[in-house]
Amino acid sequence: MDYPLFEYTMHLADDSLIMGHRLSEWTGHGPMLEQDIAISNIALDLIGQSRNFFQYAAALKGSPATEDTLVYLRDAHEFRNLLITEIPNGDWSKTILKLFLFSSYHYFLYQKLIYSYDKQLAAIAEKSLKELSYHVRWSSEWVVRLGDGTKESNRRITLALEEVWPYTGEMFVIADFEKDCRYKNISVDLPEIQEDWQEKVKGVFEEATLSYPDKNIWMHQGGKTGIHTEHLGYILAEMQFLQRAYPGCEW
Amino acid sequence: MINNEPLWEVFIRSKQGLDHKHVGSLHAADAQMAIENARDVYTRRMEGVSIWVVESKYIHASNPDEAASLYDPANDKIYRHPTFYNLPDELKYM
Repeated sequence: MDYPLFEYTMHLADDSLIMGHRLSEWTGHGPMLEQDIAISNIALDLIGQSRNFFQYAAALKGSPATEDTLVYLRDAHEFRNLLITEIPNGDWSKTILKLFLFSSYHYFLYQKLIYSYDKQLAAIAEKSLKELSYHVRWSSEWVVRLGDGTKESNRRITLALEEVWPYTGEMFVIADFEKDCRYKNISVDLPEIQEDWQEKVKGVFEEATLSYPDKNIWMHQGGKTGIHTEHLGYILAEMQFLQRAYPGCEW
Repeated sequence: MINNEPLWEVFIRSKQGLDHKHVGSLHAADAQMAIENARDVYTRRMEGVSIWVVESKYIHASNPDEAASLYDPANDKIYRHPTFYNLPDELKYM
């Protein structure tokens, strides 16, 4: 098995799965019915994307691995998702900001991933790109609405920015498996998309009257190498409970 | 959930359809948001390829109390239907 390719695929899969799972927590709790449906749709898009990657990863790994064993029978240290996908939702403004910062990265990443020498990854990226461009559009409009909205909405999203920003640096830190995949033109060159991401975020922040944070802010990292926040454990406890308690259970 | 945003009426054109049909209403802060909400609420199952939204307050409706005087007079004027005309054979698709 091509181990770096497997790990890279799992990293892509885990990002979508954990972000999607987090967003799905809003289902039934959205600030209004229409937004409840909108964010649930996005959560479903992401979980759908992750399934494509997990099925491919399971094929790479070979039997008895399946998409289900990869999701339900792995422990936190084996997950390769970015920390920004696992941190708690907080209020609506924090969720929106998190989604915007992540979606913008996600979008630029897939825009390059469609040129991957790995045909399967390229195909999944191509299929997902339409969904991602909507996620960026939807979340960036909300960032503007909250930032340039009322005094209270601006206060909340400014606070959210302080909390979420330190989780953005990790997006552009290259993991070992990415380095290996880069040689074969399988993975995306992260520094290349970093500028696009910064431009996009700066533009939206300007419209939202939010100030772009200082360059020297300390950044969390570790997700891609399996060092997670405590929050991932709680997600997995909920997500994996049934398979752990009743192995092989189907319904 | 308390919703202070204005109400919008949503019209969707399906892939085969020529006209936009009223499908329901929703809340949104502005037109842009109304279109996105409509996309998320009403086109999840491939219902449409085009969306119109209009703020509900701009729709003026006929008064149901006047229904009798407005619509009943048409009941006994069956000659208004084109079925009484003989069409020439050359004319197709009528």
